[in-house]
Amino acid sequence: MARVIPPTPDADDAYFWDGVREHKLLLQQCASCGTLRHPPVPMCGVCHSTDWITGEAAGTGTVHSWVVSKPPSALTEPGRVVVLVELTEGLRMVGNLVDVEQDDVRNEMAVEVCFREYDGVTLPQFRPAGGAR
Amino acid sequence: MSATASAAGNTIIAGIGQTEFSKASGRSELQLAAEASLAAITDAGMTPADIDGMVTFTLDTNDELLLMRCLGIPEVTYWSRTPHGGAGAHSTILHAALAVAGGAANAVLVWRAFNERSGRRFGQPNAQATPPGWNWYLPFGLDTPAKMYSLAFQRYMYKFGLTNEDFGEYTVVARRHAATNPNAWFYERPITIEDHQESRWIVEPILRLLDCCQESDGGVALVITRADRAPDLPRRAAKIAAASDAHLLDGNVMFNYYHGDLGEFPETKALAGHLYDQVGLGPQDMDAAMIYENFSPVVFLQLEGLGFCGPGEARDFIVDGNIDLDGALPVNTHGGLLGEAYIHGMNNILEGVRQIRGTAVNQVAGAETVMVAGGRSGLILQPAD
Repeated sequence: MARVIPPTPDADDAYFWDGVREHKLLLQQCASCGTLRHPPVPMCGVCHSTDWITGEAAGTGTVHSWVVSKPPSALTEPGRVVVLVELTEGLRMVGNLVDVEQDDVRNEMAVEVCFREYDGVTLPQFRPAGGAR
Repeated sequence: MSATASAAGNTIIAGIGQTEFSKASGRSELQLAAEASLAAITDAGMTPADIDGMVTFTLDTNDELLLMRCLGIPEVTYWSRTPHGGAGAHSTILHAALAVAGGAANAVLVWRAFNERSGRRFGQPNAQATPPGWNWYLPFGLDTPAKMYSLAFQRYMYKFGLTNEDFGEYTVVARRHAATNPNAWFYERPITIEDHQESRWIVEPILRLLDCCQESDGGVALVITRADRAPDLPRRAAKIAAASDAHLLDGNVMFNYYHGDLGEFPETKALAGHLYDQVGLGPQDMDAAMIYENFSPVVFLQLEGLGFCGPGEARDFIVDGNIDLDGALPVNTHGGLLGEAYIHGMNNILEGVRQIRGTAVNQVAGAETVMVAGGRSGLILQPAD
């Protein structure tokens, strides 16, 4: 059974997944007023501009919350740690935490982005900050 | 506090009906809808010819016109559907009431019916396809409602130093209430906190099996009409004293991760303000509360958001007996969605009506004002007479 449900990008979020394939974590930014947005939407709720650009995130942040995701069909598998990361830019983003034992996961721990491929799908992941891998 | 008018106008819940709640109904969802609807119409002292409005969930699979054929309803002049799941449960009542208050219909049938255990199970992972806007979650393993909600619940636990065992304190109460409710799937099956702690993990370290609502088969229905018809009805009606939705910018139903403080439920705080304002009362005036719980932690967040206790105080509020049948605020007296059945929160509204009528199996003596809330939509019910 495939472990990863692949994303199905559309006009509003294709930039993100294109970036991920190039190992870049891209954030949407209003071209008019500069407001950063994630998850993306096609109009700026502040100034109503539909012009937007993307920029590479610092890729750093902290674990705001986390859970362990196990497939119900295979509870004995170790599962994936799902994290809600508070990015340095002030936005929140869901990802997985890798290169860490589940017992060592803590709220507020500093993390940095990395990119991993599963079942042919490249995903942005996070690992403890300062990781050498 | 002085009241503004009920957003529901002068409307009442005139009748309630349901099928049995089970894990395998043995019949179609349309049949469940028809049976529950006929029971509600009969309970209201009406016939299907009196119904001229229909409201259900967008998620309901039953077609309005097919249900009309089942019941023999000759003409409908209004219908609508409300989005999302349990969050939309109470919105159906607001839609129906506004149709009546605005003159679009005289009597509106509201229903929800499904085989969510024997048919497509609601708690199972999504298929290998991503709905719009879910790219941010499903690829990372947030593939069940339990996991989706838990990512927010974990921050609440962290903020207030709670453990999974604390959440179990709610389940023990819900199952105790269900144990004396013959309608409940878990009738005569109470649990201890040890049973809760021995149940298997569903989402570590947040939810065990006994923190999760059931997957159920069943149907429920209600009939909404004008308050001036209450004296002619065969049973005591429940006035819709307050009704509101509360949906906020940067909110999200399944993935409510983006508002400032995940240790609170801002939609519920907003909802509480609207409901209390309409009826001119406060949390201390509620005689009982039916609180939507897909998972036990959401009761904690709502007890705090609705003002029944302060931030982080829900655990002690529950352990101190406040939500018991003889407590200051009996909660989910039928056993809730964990104990009775999961009919998408709509069975909670039926219990609210029974408490107002004085006909609940776990009746709260003198219940005159009952809150029915679902996080981001809710009602306050009072006797119509």
